[in-house]
Amino acid sequence: MPVAAQQRPERTRSREEFVQNPYLPYPVRIDDITVESEDRNLKTFKFVFLNPDDEAKFAYRAGQFAELSIAGVGEIPIGIASSPVEKGFIKFTINKAGVVTSHLHNMQVGDIMGVRGPLGNWYPWDLLEGKNVLIVGGGFAFTTLRSSIIYMLDPANRKKFNDINVVYGARSPGMLLYKNELIEWEKRDDINMHITVDGTKDPDWKYNVGFVPPITEQKAPPGDENSYAIVCGPPIMIKFTQPVLEKLGYDHDHIILSLENRMKCGIGMCGRCGIGRELVCKDGPVFTLAQVNRTPKEY
Amino acid sequence: MKVIKIEKSQWSPGLEKLRGAFRLIGPVKEKTWHDFQELAAGQMPDLAFQNTRLSPKSLVFPQSEIMLDYSLDKKDPDCNIPKMAEKDYSPRAVIGIRPCDAKALALVKMNFDTDEYQDPYWLNLYNATTFVGLACDAPCSTCFCTSTGCGPYHEEGLDVLLAEREDHFVAKVLTDKGARLMDSAGWSTALPDAAVLDQAKSAAEGKIVSKIETDGLAAADTMALHGADFWEDISFACINCGTCTFSCPTCWCFDIQDETYGKKGVRMRNWDSCMFPIFTVHTTGHNPRDTKLARLRQRFMHKLKYFVDKYDKGIMCVGCGRCVRQCPVNIDIRNISKLMNNLASEARCAVQGS
Repeated sequence: MPVAAQQRPERTRSREEFVQNPYLPYPVRIDDITVESEDRNLKTFKFVFLNPDDEAKFAYRAGQFAELSIAGVGEIPIGIASSPVEKGFIKFTINKAGVVTSHLHNMQVGDIMGVRGPLGNWYPWDLLEGKNVLIVGGGFAFTTLRSSIIYMLDPANRKKFNDINVVYGARSPGMLLYKNELIEWEKRDDINMHITVDGTKDPDWKYNVGFVPPITEQKAPPGDENSYAIVCGPPIMIKFTQPVLEKLGYDHDHIILSLENRMKCGIGMCGRCGIGRELVCKDGPVFTLAQVNRTPKEY
Repeated sequence: MKVIKIEKSQWSPGLEKLRGAFRLIGPVKEKTWHDFQELAAGQMPDLAFQNTRLSPKSLVFPQSEIMLDYSLDKKDPDCNIPKMAEKDYSPRAVIGIRPCDAKALALVKMNFDTDEYQDPYWLNLYNATTFVGLACDAPCSTCFCTSTGCGPYHEEGLDVLLAEREDHFVAKVLTDKGARLMDSAGWSTALPDAAVLDQAKSAAEGKIVSKIETDGLAAADTMALHGADFWEDISFACINCGTCTFSCPTCWCFDIQDETYGKKGVRMRNWDSCMFPIFTVHTTGHNPRDTKLARLRQRFMHKLKYFVDKYDKGIMCVGCGRCVRQCPVNIDIRNISKLMNNLASEARCAVQGS
């Protein structure tokens, strides 16, 4: 549009302008980087907010995600791996895969970047109170499940939930995330851990060997109206876990999934992550299987 | 609200007066086509047009817009910390927008202005703008606005509605914003017989003979529509060129990209299109809408079903006919809506008959 050659009217704020900007990330500093997996493709980044007020604005619940934002590179939507009961920092575990995540893997402690969020909905914590919770996770999709476990095991929260069972699998022992915490949880008597690997040559491996769906079938408690299953993992794992959960007696509205789709805005505006009328970024990422059955399979 | 008569002799003096308070934007003819542009000093809007080739959505939703800017210079204390880009939201008046395009902006506003989030870029431009509409007395053969909840004299999204007559304009003032614009221009001669607009409205509506069938869409089953056979047929010719989404006044999807120049950079948004494969492709290479059938279906399901269900405000189409005129392979939204509608009523009949 050609700019008129005339004198412009003075810039005035005569109307109320929208200044809250949901596209503006909170600046954060990388406080710590942990290599999580033996292939070094998974790293956990711990961020600290540069402005202390921003941490309060970033109040989140387990199951939500955020856009990690690197000036000059772009943004990537990642599930929040830290838990609302952990204060002073936020954590994300990132698989090196695309432009932004590859760049992030090369960044150093002390570097400044941005985080935008929290975004999306969360696991239905109010609904889950007083219920048995089965968590089924595979591979590096365990991040928001870690957030959930830490949240439920918090002394202030544990009594709100009945039995907690966790089936978590990875390709090999070296690919399991959060190993120290897994060992801690194994020792506790208020959470039943069922750790498994697809295969291992380690003679000292004392946990399960096998894919997540059969281990779920063997170890998970049967479902009833007081039990919910939260499932997060690669599409192939979800596909084969679903019939197992049905067999165990979990209704479709008691099976809770977290979906992924390509995203840009993360706030329901840019239009690309839609599955039918639902937007994965804003109406999700958490849906029940019953909800997913009513939408086109475009994820 | 008031109806005011503007003598044509008062038209350009009034517009000149407006320039004190508003930047003026209007239709300008370039080569064969009209397009909305900022009007230079002395330049008048050219109202001798049916409609612009591209919709005026870019006035509030530029095709490319810088959202944030930042420094990548390590010596800069704000290095790597994006800030909201400086913007000019001084008052603007759009003269001569067609009622369908104004209604389209009102529909799109529902996407950018939600309870949870407000898009500051879209809303600040929208709110800074006074929309002076131009009623259609000579519609195109492809116009079907009257069956989309719109019409040639439709007032939604407008601040003033103008109807052009031989030696004058009839201006219906619709909002306070519109009243302020009329005051600024010095147009104040009240028209005693306002019924003249109602007659003209009926006459104009009578000229629009093309229709879109939508009555069964809300009740239709989403999964049945999604799985319908006809998508194969319709998408056969589609070349996924994106002309429909580009020219559509109600298409709003966008992409966000970073661009850097030396030690400075911007984060910008650009129009995107559900017709393009990379719109939805995951980093793994998996693409949930990996065929042109899936992409074409997404566009029409969004406009004619998902949007209908989500907002209960009718279809996401105002009947401007741009996609019908400009599609290189003659895909016609009216035809698709008819197929969707028929499928819905067949399904209902089957249920009732069983």
